[in-house]
Amino acid sequence: MKARVLVRLKPGILDVQGASVRRALHGLGFGEVQELRVGKVLELELDGVVGEAARQRIEEMCARLLTNPVIEDYTVEVLA
Amino acid sequence: MNFGVVVFPGTWSDCDFHYVISEVLRQPVRYVWHRDRQLDDFDCLILPGGFSYGDYLRAGAVAGRSPVVEALPEFVAKGGLVLGSCNGFQILCEAKLLPGALMRNECLQYRCQSTHLRVENAETPFTRLMRPGQILKMPISHGEGKFHADPETLRRLRDQKQIVFRYCAEDGRVVKDANPNGSLDNIAGVINEEGTVLGLMPHPERASENAMGGTDGLLIFHSLLGSLVEDGSFLKR
Repeated sequence: MKARVLVRLKPGILDVQGASVRRALHGLGFGEVQELRVGKVLELELDGVVGEAARQRIEEMCARLLTNPVIEDYTVEVLA
Repeated sequence: MNFGVVVFPGTWSDCDFHYVISEVLRQPVRYVWHRDRQLDDFDCLILPGGFSYGDYLRAGAVAGRSPVVEALPEFVAKGGLVLGSCNGFQILCEAKLLPGALMRNECLQYRCQSTHLRVENAETPFTRLMRPGQILKMPISHGEGKFHADPETLRRLRDQKQIVFRYCAEDGRVVKDANPNGSLDNIAGVINEEGTVLGLMPHPERASENAMGGTDGLLIFHSLLGSLVEDGSFLKR
């Protein structure tokens, strides 16, 4: 089965990378961009687990390695 | 005092630390591979700077879960001391041995420069030869050294004197202009509650001989040597 983890900086944490990309867009004439934040997508393919069990395993992976709870939030999407 | 210098794939300051400990301090030192869990021979372990595991995912994230780092809590509980510099600081935060996190520099630039540090806590095994408020000169070399912690954690760090070094101007003023990476509260180094694990972004090993432009980094090493002799743990081990 496939799953996707979306990791982003917590709200309120300054995203300097996002701010830099936003300034570049302004330079290209996209002045309407008010806010831009950069996150990351982790795509996983799992073998031998499905459904809720798979989601729990991924939650465990997020807690132990994939995300840093001091600065990041995440969402898990199970793609069947 | 037996030092161990931990080597991860991608570590780059290991030889510098090894050189300073063996050639400048004349102390026994050997390298520790990241898969080693057997740490009983050491009094102090160094986690040097570099780009462990390519800093993939987050700086220090993968190294923070490596066998040697997983063995650190037991090492520390038995009286060992741990010093993490640069990438080593990032690894200690990722492993939750130190609070907070290190994020991309606010200026977005990799900063390789000399900095001034103000000693905020001179009562640790790593700083006992310094004076409170003393100004040290040490280089930094990093792209992700902006210390971040939530307000509650920051309050605790202040209350418990866990902030050990802050970036300052040459005259000791802790001002925004002297902050090379946007670090919260100008924080350059923090220690754990027990005072046994220190992390700092600057490189003491690159300030340990006059030929390097200064020797303020040696104060950390000499503090360590004095600590172990004085509290007797060196003799007990």
